[in-house]
Parts: sequence; structure tokens; C-alpha cells
Amino acid sequence: MFGRLVYESFRRQKRRKLLAGVAITLGVGVATAMIAVATDIGDKISRELRTYGANLIVTPQEDTLDVQIGGVDLKPPSDGAYLNEADLPKIRGTFWHHNIVGFAPMLPVSVRVGDNADAKSLTLLGTYFSKRLTFGKEDFVTGVRITHPWWKVQGAWPDDNSSDVLLGESLAEQLDRKAGDEIEIAGHTHRVAGVLSTGGAEDNQIVAPLALAQQILGKPGAVRRLYVSALTKPEDALSRRDPKSMNPEMFDRWYCSPYVASIAYQLQEAIPHSHAEQIRQIAQNEGTVLSRIKGLMLLVTLAALFASALAVSAAMATAIFERRTEVGLMKALGAGNASVAALFFAEALLLALIGGVVGFAGGALLARQIGRSIFDSQIAIEPVLCPVILAIAVIVTFAGSAMAIRRAVKFDPVYALRGEA
Amino acid sequence: MSSQRNSDLINRRSAKPHTSMFLRMLTRAAVLRRGRAASALLAMVVAAAVATAMLNLYVDVQAKLRKEFRNYGANIVVVGKDGQALPADALTKIESEIAGRGLAVPFAYIVARTSDGQSVVVAGTNLDQVRKLDSWWSVTAWPNTSQDALLGTRAAAVVSPQGKPFDLSFQERTIHLNPAGTLRTGASEDSRIYLSLKDFENWTGVQPSTIEIASSGSTEEINALIQQLSQALPGADVRPIRQIMEGEARVLGKTRATQAAAAVLIIATAALCVLSTLIGWVFDRRRDFAIMKALGASEGLISGFFAAEAAALGAVGALVGFGIGVAVAAWIGRVNFHAPVVPRFNVLPIVFVGSIAVALISAILPIFLLRRVQPAMILRGE
Repeated sequence: MFGRLVYESFRRQKRRKLLAGVAITLGVGVATAMIAVATDIGDKISRELRTYGANLIVTPQEDTLDVQIGGVDLKPPSDGAYLNEADLPKIRGTFWHHNIVGFAPMLPVSVRVGDNADAKSLTLLGTYFSKRLTFGKEDFVTGVRITHPWWKVQGAWPDDNSSDVLLGESLAEQLDRKAGDEIEIAGHTHRVAGVLSTGGAEDNQIVAPLALAQQILGKPGAVRRLYVSALTKPEDALSRRDPKSMNPEMFDRWYCSPYVASIAYQLQEAIPHSHAEQIRQIAQNEGTVLSRIKGLMLLVTLAALFASALAVSAAMATAIFERRTEVGLMKALGAGNASVAALFFAEALLLALIGGVVGFAGGALLARQIGRSIFDSQIAIEPVLCPVILAIAVIVTFAGSAMAIRRAVKFDPVYALRGEA
Repeated sequence: MSSQRNSDLINRRSAKPHTSMFLRMLTRAAVLRRGRAASALLAMVVAAAVATAMLNLYVDVQAKLRKEFRNYGANIVVVGKDGQALPADALTKIESEIAGRGLAVPFAYIVARTSDGQSVVVAGTNLDQVRKLDSWWSVTAWPNTSQDALLGTRAAAVVSPQGKPFDLSFQERTIHLNPAGTLRTGASEDSRIYLSLKDFENWTGVQPSTIEIASSGSTEEINALIQQLSQALPGADVRPIRQIMEGEARVLGKTRATQAAAAVLIIATAALCVLSTLIGWVFDRRRDFAIMKALGASEGLISGFFAAEAAALGAVGALVGFGIGVAVAAWIGRVNFHAPVVPRFNVLPIVFVGSIAVALISAILPIFLLRRVQPAMILRGE
């Protein structure tokens, strides 16, 4: 009889059930989408923050002081130590290699450009543009196009295996060269693939494939420094401690967390005779910006949950309030308060479950759409969320109905039946 | 004659209902059905508050985040053209152009020799301002007396491994310095020695060649500032630091878009809440509707009555909700950014008009459905 009552109530009051159901579906959908976006926003923004470029730098351990003013290297190129290019792919073998977005080696050399009469001494910077490397069985691509995304080229990026070069914007203007022209560097003619604009010191330099710089320097395999761009976890109490003072268990935990310091430690392990350091300007600020944005989204999500909870309970309250006559009739026929309430709660449960499932699916689609249109990547929904969302939907629906049910049950059946509501 | 007068009267009444009666019906309806009216008003207030908070945050958070992004340091750099020093009045000119909207810090550089003949870059700057500009510098102790120097960690290992005083020479002139503290940044600063500008100029006589500016504002404002500075300083090269500007623009753009999506979803949900509550409220009063109709009120009058009621509800809800929403936004600002979000009164008209519009829609919709029903049917309770 109870089941039949519920069934008939759904069959005969399609419009009302539909209205309440739509409210629950929309509320759950919005809540699901916002929770999904909020849980994933940290990952997404931390990827966007990689636009700022490398957050780690690796230099030779025994290096002499940098003599650098305004990005121009004044150190004699013969000075100082070098890293070995052959060691670089080993970065892919470190524990946190999935977090390493890319790396770019740099080798500045000074060259003479032009004919003998008016030859000029300039800096030529050797690097990877988007070089294909192999580690073990794995192929990957890395270079300045990944680590320095603000570098813009008019013309084309040179091939890493060619001897084409890029000219800095200001230099190209000075020398009156543009993409496709030729230029004489250290006695050889090279093609200018494009003109590079960075807003930094490179605007006055020549940027060439690493092999060309090594050949000019006469030191095959030499790399002066290495920029690494890695996804990291913001600093906390553990990451600020000195790894030397940790006990083994704590050290393992530190080593297996993607802190910028532990990634630096692992880079040092991977590349012999090197010193890895975080670039504090990039690494330190990332954490603050990230935590602000995450905090904001969390609070906004709370607002969304609150608004959808309210929408659901308002719809439920309205739906129940309209059925006072029905309650009066049931009570006049001898139904107790408990059985009337049970009927309403059973209906609410059914509505919440149906609306919750449909809303969860809709919310997942919505989150995916937001991810695709804003971040150009998927926002993954944890299937674990589904039961949690359903439970919340049921609780909110019950809470929204409870007040209205209480009032409907308390109402004198005589007045209800006479229509004097 | 009399029936003529009667119909005149009816026409006049329906065209121009008595104002005080109209008001009385409005107020009595609200007072007699306190519970239902209160719940409708509550829905309205909450929806308006949520909408206000979201719009306020959306407008203000960008400014708040820009401030956070200024922790990345300078976004504009001014250097002398072709490596020359800047004119002596460059800093004052720049400071008058930015007029308190940012921070300008001068830097002068030379290459000095240590006592054992190694080259090291020495920089002179305003150390108090650098501390504000480059908040990521990890410094053990800032120098505060003259002849004190701040040593980059790698420079310290070369010039003063034991923290003892040391000599530097530049063009036959020697200076004796005390290491005050060490500096670690992970970039070229680690190989430098920083002095106060006064010590630096007394020793070398070299003027600042670089001024770094951190100015917060939108991309357009920064570009306008760069234009102004270039005009004010024809002998200098004014450049944006693209790395910082582009990273900021990108992250801010994404945050803005996410926030807009969230605001739309939340406001839509809040509007839905109002819609379902108000529809229920009006539907519930179909007997009032039927009685008015049975007593000869025109459809226009009845629609007007319900519409006026909804509009009043929307207006009151919007005003109260605006106050609460501003408070919520301020609280979120304080919790997340440690600075309250300033109330934006230009949001008020949007919330006000929006609330009334949603209220009107939710009142008119059920009336439209009820209009086709005979009053007798409703009064009989069918």
C-alpha cells in the first residue's frame, strides 16, 4: 500500500514532481560542477603559472662567479666550469620526472660578427629550441619553447639540428637583417631563421642551436647552465627544514613530495658535479598566488553549495505545501503523523536520488565544458564524488522538506479539507 | 440613464482603482500571510545577497590578485640607451609619473676586483626599497650602517668566506666593507655585492643605469604608463618585462573566466530558488485571485496587483540582500586576501533591477496560467 501510494503520487502529479526534480537536478549539477572545478583548480593554475618560466636553475658545482649585468655576461668564456650535455636526459629518470615540464640548457659564447673591417663582438647563446631527446625507451621534447613561453619569434624557429640562428630584436634592427637573410658569424655564413623578441637581454644577442655554440667554443658537450621548469607543491613547514637534519622517515617523506627543494636535490643527484637551486622570484611567489586562487575558489564553491541547498529546499517546501488537502484527507481516513511523514520522506528520497544522479552527470559535463573552454584541458571528476554528492542531495532534500512536512502534518484536517489554508 | 452611469462608474473604477485601497491590499496581504510572505522575502534576500557577493568579488578580486602578483617584482625596466647612464633627474621624473601607483628603485652596477684579482659585480641601490620590491630575496640580515654590504651567497664564498671585512677596488680606488648579511635568490644576484647608493656613489662616482618599476594595474594601464615614461625620458629605453607581464595576464585571465563561470552558475541557482518560492506563493493565493475576479476586477488590475506585490518584494529583498552580500564579500576578502573587498555601489542597480525582474517573472507566470481558469472552479476548490 505504501509503495503504491508513492508510485501513484509520482504518476498523477507529474508536473509538481517534475518541478521539484528539476530544482534538485540543477542544484546538484551546479554543486558537482563547482566542486569538480574547485578540486582541480590548483593543478590547472599551477600549470598556467609555468608561463613564468623556469623555477629551478642547475649550474656546475665548481663554477666561478657570474659576472653579469642586465643579463649581459661579461665573464670571459674560457672561465668557469661546464655541465655535460650527455647528462641532461637523466633528468627524465628522477623520481619526479612527471612534474618536470621541460628544461633548456644555455651556453653563452662571444663571437665576432660581420666582415673583418667592421666586425663586432657579440654574445651568441646556444640552447635547445624544441629538441627531441631519448631517455631509455622514452622520447620527449624539451627546450626554450616550453621553458620560456614569452619568447616570440617573427619568422620561424630554427631546427635544433641545423645551423640556423635567431637574431634578437634590437640586434636585428642594428644589423639591418630580417628572417631569411644571411649573417656571417665567426667566419661562417648562417641563415637567420627568425627575429626573436623576449623583452630581456636576448634582444641584443644571437640565439643558436646548442651544437653550434659548442662548436664555436670548441668544447663539445659543454653547457653553462640549465633552466628547469617543474610543477611544485607550495612550501610548508616540512619543506623549509634542512634535509640534513631530518630523520630517515621524514627525509623519505620530504624526498617523495614535489617541493621545489626536493626536486632541486634530485636534479643534483641526477647530474654529476652540479648545483641546483630554486629561482626564488618564480618559485616563492607561485605558492602565494596559488593558495590565494585556491582559497577564493573554495569560498565561491561554498557559496554555490549554499545557493543550491537553498534552491532545493525552497522547491521541496513549495511542493509539499501545495498538498495540504491530501494530508487532511489521509489524516481524516485515520493515518498517523508518522505514516504521513514517512510517505513524504520516501517521495523526497526518491526525488533526491533521481535528481542527484541526473544532476551529477550534468554537473560532470558542465565541469568538463568549463575545463575545455577555459583551460584547454579536461577537468577529471573523481567517481568517489558520486556517493558523496548523492548523500548531500538526500540530506539537503530532507532538510528542506522537514519544515514543510512538519507544518503540513500539524495542520488540522478539517480546515485543510474545507480549503481554509 | 442609471445603467449608463453605473457602467461609467465601473469603467472609472477599473481604469483608476482607488490608490489607498490598492496599497491596503498590498500591505494586508503581506501582514495576514506573514509566514509565506516571510519565506518568499527570505528567498529573495538570500538570492540578492549571493548575487551581490559574487559580482562584488568578481570586480574586486582582480585588483586584489594584481597586488599579489606584484610580489613577483618589477614589471617595467628603464635603462639608458646604448648602455649609457640615465640622466640625473630620471628617478624624480619617473616618481612623478607613477605618482604613488608603484615603486621605482634605481640600480647602478660596476665590475670591481677583489684583493686577489677576481672580478665581481657590485651594485648600488636603495636597500629599503629593494626590500619591498623584491620580497622573495632571502636575506640573513639587511645592512643598516654605511660601509655595510649585502653579499650574494656565491660572492660571499669568494670575498669573505669567514665573514671577515674585505677590500674591493675599482679604477684604483679601494673601499673597505663589512659583510652585514648574505643574500640568496637563485639568480644572478647570488654572485653580486649590494651596497647602499650613497656608499656606492662616494666610492665609484657611477650613476644609476637601471631603474626597476613595479606598478600594479591592468595591461592597458601599464602600457599607458610605459608610453608616458618614454615621452618623459627621451634618452632612456623603457621596456615591459614580458616574462612577468605575460605570466600575470595569463593567470589572471583564467581566474577571471573561472570566476565568471562560477558567478553565472551561482546567480542562476539563486534565481531558480526565488522562482520556485514565488511561483508557489502566488499559486497558493489563487483563491484571492478568484475572489477579486468574481467581484469584478479586471485582469489588468489583478495582474497589476500581483506584479506590484512581486516588485515590492524584489525591491526590499534586493536592498537587504545587497547589504548582506557586501558583508559576505568583505568577509571573503578578509579571510583570503587579508584585506576587505571594497563595496562596489555600481553593482547595486544590477542587483536591484535583476531582483525585480526575477520577481516579476515568477509572479506573472502563474497568473498567466490562472487567467484561463474560471473563478468559480477555483473557489469550489478544484
